[in-house]
Amino acid sequence: MATSSVSKGCFVFKPSSKKRKLADIGDHFMRGCEEKDGSALRYNLFKQLWDRIFKDTESLQDDLNRNILDSLLDFIRKCCHKKLDDWAAQMRASEIPTAALMLGVNVPDHDMTFHSLSELLRASVSPYVASLHAKECGALKHLLKRVLERVMDGEVDVDDEEDAEMDAVQVNTRVQCSFNVLCEWYKAKTKKLKDQSVHRPPVVVLFKDLEAFNPKVLQEFIIICSRYVEQLPLVFIFGIATSPSTIQNMLPHSVSSLLCIELFHSLSCTQHLATVIDKLILTSRFPFKLGAKVMQVLVSIFLYHDFSVRNFIKGVQVALLEHFHSQPLSVLCCEEKVAMDLIVHLRKKDLERIRELPSLKSHVEAMKDVEKADLLMSNDASLKEECKTLIKSLHTYHTNYYPVLRCLHALTSGLPRYPLGKQIRELHLICLENSVWESEDYQTAMKLLKMLSKEELEAGMQRCVEALKLEQEEEESASMTSARERLQELLSLMRGLDLCADVVPVTEDAEPILTSPLRNLQKKTDLFQLQKTLLEMNETRRVKKLSPFERLRNETVDFLDSLVRSHLSPPESQPLHEVMYYRSSATVRRHLNATPRTSIQAALSNPYFYLQNESLRTDDGGVSNSAPDICIAYKLHLECGRLINLFDWLEAYCTVVSAAEGGDPEAEDFGKVDERKHARFIQAVSELEFLGFIKSTKQKTDHVARLTWGGC
Amino acid sequence: MTGALQYPGYDGDRLEKAAGLMPCREIQAGLLLSLMGQPENHCYPSIFIYGHRASGKSHVLNTLMKQLELPHAMISCVECLSVALLFEQVLDSFFGADAASLLPRGPSLSDFVRIYKQQISESPTEQTRYIIMEKAEMLRNADSNLLPGLLRLQELVEDNVTVILLSEIVWDKFRPNTGCFEPLLLHFPDYSKAELQQILSKDKHPSYSTDFYSSYINILLGVFYSVCRDLRELRHLAALNFSKFCEPVEEGKFKENDTHKLWRNIEPHLKKAMQTVYLREVSSLQWEQMHEMKEIEAGAVRGLSAHTHVELPYYSKFLLIAAYLASYNPARTDKRFFLKHHGKIKKTNFLKKNEKTSNHLLGPKPFPLDRMLAIFYSVVDSRVAPTASIFSQISSLVTLQLLNQVSHDDQLDAPKYKCAVSLDFISAISRTVNFDIVKYLYDFL
Repeated sequence: MATSSVSKGCFVFKPSSKKRKLADIGDHFMRGCEEKDGSALRYNLFKQLWDRIFKDTESLQDDLNRNILDSLLDFIRKCCHKKLDDWAAQMRASEIPTAALMLGVNVPDHDMTFHSLSELLRASVSPYVASLHAKECGALKHLLKRVLERVMDGEVDVDDEEDAEMDAVQVNTRVQCSFNVLCEWYKAKTKKLKDQSVHRPPVVVLFKDLEAFNPKVLQEFIIICSRYVEQLPLVFIFGIATSPSTIQNMLPHSVSSLLCIELFHSLSCTQHLATVIDKLILTSRFPFKLGAKVMQVLVSIFLYHDFSVRNFIKGVQVALLEHFHSQPLSVLCCEEKVAMDLIVHLRKKDLERIRELPSLKSHVEAMKDVEKADLLMSNDASLKEECKTLIKSLHTYHTNYYPVLRCLHALTSGLPRYPLGKQIRELHLICLENSVWESEDYQTAMKLLKMLSKEELEAGMQRCVEALKLEQEEEESASMTSARERLQELLSLMRGLDLCADVVPVTEDAEPILTSPLRNLQKKTDLFQLQKTLLEMNETRRVKKLSPFERLRNETVDFLDSLVRSHLSPPESQPLHEVMYYRSSATVRRHLNATPRTSIQAALSNPYFYLQNESLRTDDGGVSNSAPDICIAYKLHLECGRLINLFDWLEAYCTVVSAAEGGDPEAEDFGKVDERKHARFIQAVSELEFLGFIKSTKQKTDHVARLTWGGC
Repeated sequence: MTGALQYPGYDGDRLEKAAGLMPCREIQAGLLLSLMGQPENHCYPSIFIYGHRASGKSHVLNTLMKQLELPHAMISCVECLSVALLFEQVLDSFFGADAASLLPRGPSLSDFVRIYKQQISESPTEQTRYIIMEKAEMLRNADSNLLPGLLRLQELVEDNVTVILLSEIVWDKFRPNTGCFEPLLLHFPDYSKAELQQILSKDKHPSYSTDFYSSYINILLGVFYSVCRDLRELRHLAALNFSKFCEPVEEGKFKENDTHKLWRNIEPHLKKAMQTVYLREVSSLQWEQMHEMKEIEAGAVRGLSAHTHVELPYYSKFLLIAAYLASYNPARTDKRFFLKHHGKIKKTNFLKKNEKTSNHLLGPKPFPLDRMLAIFYSVVDSRVAPTASIFSQISSLVTLQLLNQVSHDDQLDAPKYKCAVSLDFISAISRTVNFDIVKYLYDFL
């Protein structure tokens, strides 16, 4: 910041308020943007869209977790409402009720579950909830301290009036943290409750990552807790990522006999992802779409690397941000009505961009009306009009695409060997990439469909109708309504067949065709003739009259085929699809699946890649002499074996550097080691050591060991 | 029986009441009482009592102290995270909270002795004071001077005080290297079957006769005595299964004295309990619910160890497989398994004389990260870039306890790992990725 003062002195600049900082994110977005002018608008669109998506995912995940959380809460309530006067209850050893929550290995997702769990617990069961992370509980002392802090603080925050008590609590924790203190505190807290004969709220301890806890610490903690369980209603919740047998591995029988463990299984992460994709991606509610490759990258990161739904959603966010950031035409990626308004305000530059879109070009080329095509390329007003219709048709394309996709999936997901994929996302990927009806798998699927039994087909069609109905609730589309009605009609026809089949036993006209060649066969015994008649029979069987069911089945499959052909064309075929589809998979991959090692290697072997300095440019892939010291040292070390002689290395380095300085190769001091070069070399070597390429070794004096394989 | 507990200086009625509360421990209690002498007598400075879990150590002492109203401090050493806590509790129970607050931060044994002395000069008492320490084995991890100091505390504080240590471990495992004052040793033997029967029969159900309950206990002990002698556990099991036992009687099918029929009815149930609820495979709450459910539904409740399947990301599975191979195959056989043209090498060529034992019997061996990654790249069927997420998967496998890091945390210096999963587990994992792990294991060649 500049000051107008001339004299030297000290100036205090107070940090600007928070508002300023928030605006900065937008600024940041705009700085690197492709197109300055519309960036503010695009940023706003991005924010709105992301907020909507985020809110939707949150509520979706809450719904998914509801089941398990509810049963968990029930368990806790049941445990603390045990009757105490019963004979059996008296005789029984007092176990600590423990819920083992099986969460799956997708650890990043657990936070959200635990967050909503502890919120729920606080709201409906007990204010005394302590959630623990293994990281902060290295020793028993820390574990106890955390429990005490969290249980007691939670309460202190709730009623502020008891300031005096708050002080007392703080003093207590400072002096000693033992369970006794907690117990006394709890008794004082619940004294009031006793009169009202309300059940005492339990103290819930949440172990977020059970596997990472030190077994010894955990055992001792449980033993201590079991001594107090009669005075202090304790409940444990174990968050387990692997399998329940972990408990038995960590706790000996003497300790696990103090617990009353019940299992709770959460939804598996693949199901979770399927729901998220179903509700977020396969819907026409959001204008933003992922291209096939991007989708593929995100799904494969999920399946191959982390199983984390949260990371998948983050990936969608990155794609969304990148789309609005890099594609100036993404202004049109919004609700249909808003887009109509925005098209009117499009500037000349944007229109030029639209003209340059490959999808629009091919659209223009495909136009029969040459004059109109020319007009589009030259006249802005007509282009705007055309854009409006195109955007509209793009939206209708989406409203039709997803129901038909679901429909096709409903029918084909039950086929043997899943020619079109088991999950709907696989089918979606196929459809995004190519025209699905041209693929071989599609043909086999259709063939298989034509062989389905009546019951299977009926069930499949029922699912189809339901899929269409579900979509209808959200958005109306005339073609989908008619498709549904047609399907319903076919289905009722098929159901009606049952009744007809009973009435009409055998179709009459089928008989003569079958019998006549047979009769012929009896007359002639010639081998050639026999073959001929057999072939004939074969023919006739093929063309033989279809049963009503078969006819209906073919009709149904043909209808489905026509639906697919008219609505499931790949998005690339749609003009202006670039506005809504984000297709740069490489960027997403780079952002989400970082390759530190490759980057370091690229930086060291090809410094031009990052530094963009012309003098570093080399054609043959080698390193120029004027490259940074570390690059030269790295290049030289690649030529060595497992052990590197430092002195040889230094000499080689000096030769290279001298050449870079333009020294005369014939001169006597060429390649001589001077102090300066020596120092630079040492620095380069220690940088390499820091990066993990070499390490010092005691095997040989003056040598370092190489930690990487390979060479040039 | 109560005649045995006649000791001068103690009230006869109280002794009798105490004796009633600790059945089958008369001899031990008598011995203790005679060691303690009269309340004013100086007692032996330290007594060490050992015996298995639930053999009545704490119970006997507790009853004696409470019934005879002797000044005492009962301390559980598991709870004493620091010596400060221990001293505080002792001072608190002898002299009240004020004395305890006199302790400085991070007190030493001498601080404790100083304050103790100060306090006894203010409130002297004739009676012996007792400090009882449960789970005394934890004291071994405390400061090295604490245990010897406690053993001769009487000498240090010059007061009539006795320290009683209770432990499940014998004294030999306590004795410090530097030597110390030897306490008197007292052993509490396990309860015999008859004794267990006698004790358990005492807590009978109020609405049934004593005989009925004791016949139940007899059946229960017949099943469980061979696996469990822990009184606490047995009592718990008895309470859990009693309702099932008296079910036919309530329904009117059998009479209370149809012992044999009742036995036939309950025995399979108890056997099942031994495999499930005793091992905590099924929680006691679920066990009770299972009684109310029908047979088929009850079968659906599966124990903890029934769920061993772990779903892992694709590459994590291969990383784990690679780790398993690296852990159980000798490094020199890697060439044989992972090189394409290794030629025909028979197992005998590899076999060294001392290697005849199976590697699976010896357990997993540590291996460096490099080796695991090399195996990983050769077993995984597609080309994998060494991305950050591959490395983070390794560390998440470590936090899930499927791999163990053996060496220190320094990532630069080639970390070493061990694979911590069983053969069954890894076979299940490799089946899901169509990888025949047995083909790659040296032991099964």
